[in-house]
Amino acid sequence: MDRRIAPPITDAVHFDLHLKPYTKLTLKNGINVYAVEAGPEEVMSVEWVFYAGNWYEDRNLVAASTNLLLKNGTSSKTAFQINEHFEYYGSYLNRSCHSETATMTLHCLTKHINELLPVVRELLTDSVFPEEELAIARQNMKQRLKVNLKKSDFVAGRLIDVYLYGENHPYGRYSSDDAIDALTRDELLQFYKKCYLEGQFVMFVAGRLPANLERILNDQFGDLSNKSVTENQFAITPAMENKFRITNDPDGVQGSIRMAMPFVNRHHPDYLPAQVLNTLLGGFFGSRLMANIREDKGFTYGIHSYFQNHMHNVAWMISTEAGKDVCEATIAEVYKEMNLLREEPVDEEELLLVKNYLIGTALGDLDGPFHIIARWKSIILNKLEENYFDRSVDIIKKISPGQIQELAVKYLNPENCYELIVV
Amino acid sequence: MIQFERFKIANGLRVIVHRDASTPMVVMNIMYDVGARDEDQERTGFAHLFEHLMFGGSVHIPNYDEPLQMAGGENNAYTTNDLTNYYLHLPAENLETAFWLESDRMLSLAFDEKSLEVQRKVVVEEFKEHYLSKPYGDAWHKMRELAYHVHPYRWMTIGKDISHIEKAQLKDVKEFFSKYYCPVNAVMVLAGNITVEKARELTEKWFGDIPAGTKYERKLPQEPEQKEERRLTVRTNVPLDALYKCWHISERLDKRYYIADLITEILSGGGSSRLYQSLVKEKKLFSNIECHHFGSSDAGLLAIEGKLVKGVSIEDAEAAVEEVLNGLKEKQVEETELQKVKNKTESMIVFEDMSVVNRANSLAYYELLGDAAMMNDELEKYAAITTEEILTESKNIFTKENSNTIWYLAAK
Repeated sequence: MDRRIAPPITDAVHFDLHLKPYTKLTLKNGINVYAVEAGPEEVMSVEWVFYAGNWYEDRNLVAASTNLLLKNGTSSKTAFQINEHFEYYGSYLNRSCHSETATMTLHCLTKHINELLPVVRELLTDSVFPEEELAIARQNMKQRLKVNLKKSDFVAGRLIDVYLYGENHPYGRYSSDDAIDALTRDELLQFYKKCYLEGQFVMFVAGRLPANLERILNDQFGDLSNKSVTENQFAITPAMENKFRITNDPDGVQGSIRMAMPFVNRHHPDYLPAQVLNTLLGGFFGSRLMANIREDKGFTYGIHSYFQNHMHNVAWMISTEAGKDVCEATIAEVYKEMNLLREEPVDEEELLLVKNYLIGTALGDLDGPFHIIARWKSIILNKLEENYFDRSVDIIKKISPGQIQELAVKYLNPENCYELIVV
Repeated sequence: MIQFERFKIANGLRVIVHRDASTPMVVMNIMYDVGARDEDQERTGFAHLFEHLMFGGSVHIPNYDEPLQMAGGENNAYTTNDLTNYYLHLPAENLETAFWLESDRMLSLAFDEKSLEVQRKVVVEEFKEHYLSKPYGDAWHKMRELAYHVHPYRWMTIGKDISHIEKAQLKDVKEFFSKYYCPVNAVMVLAGNITVEKARELTEKWFGDIPAGTKYERKLPQEPEQKEERRLTVRTNVPLDALYKCWHISERLDKRYYIADLITEILSGGGSSRLYQSLVKEKKLFSNIECHHFGSSDAGLLAIEGKLVKGVSIEDAEAAVEEVLNGLKEKQVEETELQKVKNKTESMIVFEDMSVVNRANSLAYYELLGDAAMMNDELEKYAAITTEEILTESKNIFTKENSNTIWYLAAK
């Protein structure tokens, strides 16, 4: 046995890879439920997705605060009683608010589902947003903001979004003490009425599901509102300059670097092929950026590139924390790598590695019901074609060095790039 | 119930196989019995720095990551105070690539000067990113030094001081490797789409000829019982005052560890937990407060940390925390409250075990503690705990003599 010689492998690009299909149910009120039955353990998740993100609010933080306080009181239960109920059954009830959507997610042992759904219904139909709960939330939001503003990565994340979209756009808006102070209970109640009580939602269910799933969902949610909420329109007002250097902490030892370029959204034909180029650039441990800036120069613990996805717009982002003295050198190296991808076609061997990596990890990612439903959720909410997953696999398998270079020339253009260092 | 089989090859390498044919992947998890607690106090942070060097090429294979990625695989590693763990997963078809890569780096590393030089810098940046650039980032360094005087848990995995990492020499790296990275000091778990027969065949083929090495006998000085309360006040450039308190608890295999674990769940970890309900919601003294424990193999710490609402005095905040703890020491918890934290623990374990990577990791850890089968007894151990035991153990833990307190205050 010669240890220098690698054992033969099957290239992952030859694997047959599919996304387990969902079952679609439609409740009495026309609400769609997408369900994936899978998994070794008797657990399940239920997610309610409302069109109740920042996009639908008239004032900053109203959407996020409404979502946050959904489980802080109904006309018959206090926040404590609600939490105690879900925790008694060992379940997790989380909320999260995004740019377009806001969600509630329940994870529980399947055997407890019947004790939990009626209380979720209560939250979605009878939340009262007590004044005192809002007061506590306001105070704690302000305290958290104070701490976060000391962190260069947090500050950088806010600023780069403002450069891309402008601070009046839902993607660029950020919190402030003033915005927090201005929140009122009435505004939350109004938003709750508009987007939850009289809005529209989609449900995603995954795991080991009860046999009578359709009936119990109909019992609890089959009579709720199903009316689409009017979408606001927003203009993007990008920054006119593109180089920014900010001092947040004069004693800081590291700079938070963000570089961003406007990119196309998921519906554009370049979106999927560009994912392969992104992986090559900075999307995994073996990427060009990691190999150069971490593994060769030691400027940083990690550097990544990724698509910052929203439904309407997408930005191509590069993000790292680097030693204060090497921040400028880091940015120069990033441009060097971008230019290299524009000027020289990637060699076949390196591209094959990226393809095998992408397919191999996708195979691992499809492990388990929660990962599968997450993929479907993205496809369904973004109104992509049913064969989107298969098409993405196909594109990864077939893309050529020539196409990669064309995409680099088209999108990795240093002139379109916002660059920011926050120390 | 996690099913597994176990065998050992001639050089002492322990192998556990957990078959789960529902996944197309295989996980290979190799845990080495060395962590930051095994370091020399003048050369802290070394176990973790070494973890980085394990990716700098091995004796016959110049690059670890590329062949793995080419085989459709992915890997990661982490170092704790107790152990160092390397894990990868890849499509079952390419399983042998994992054996080839991992056996070569157990055999010997390339010991490349350039790799050491770069990884020293990378780890220094990691140190800055996680501990220097963040407000309150050094609080746990200070707490460990306060609470431990003898046991090497007194330093963090990243190390006591950046200079220790900067001074690391290739000679140190070689010594460290030969002392700890050998078959007798490792546990390998293979999980997922693999049979025991295949595992045995490939283990013999790739790991069989690696010299056994010398079993590392751990002789760490155990922390003597703390007899007097310890306090420290820090004033620095942070936006809010913060309170940190720690108490010594039992080692991982002691029955009382499980009781302490449930006590942390009663105190924190949910909107209906005692600390949150009393101090954030009712009294409004803290904007957030959490309780956790270190989960370490040797005797660890149970910790409470919280940030004070602006204008609240640290004395009042601390007294209010003590009052919540007194509640646990004076009156038995209700059966329903105990049942709640048991239910939470059950579901936490079930959700964790959904992932093959987590299952492989847990099997390796319990094997290192003494027996992988302990993984399947955890739920029973929690279920058996009574309200009296919670009361007794609360009285044992939450004494003044056993406490360590840091007031981490905003500079005026």
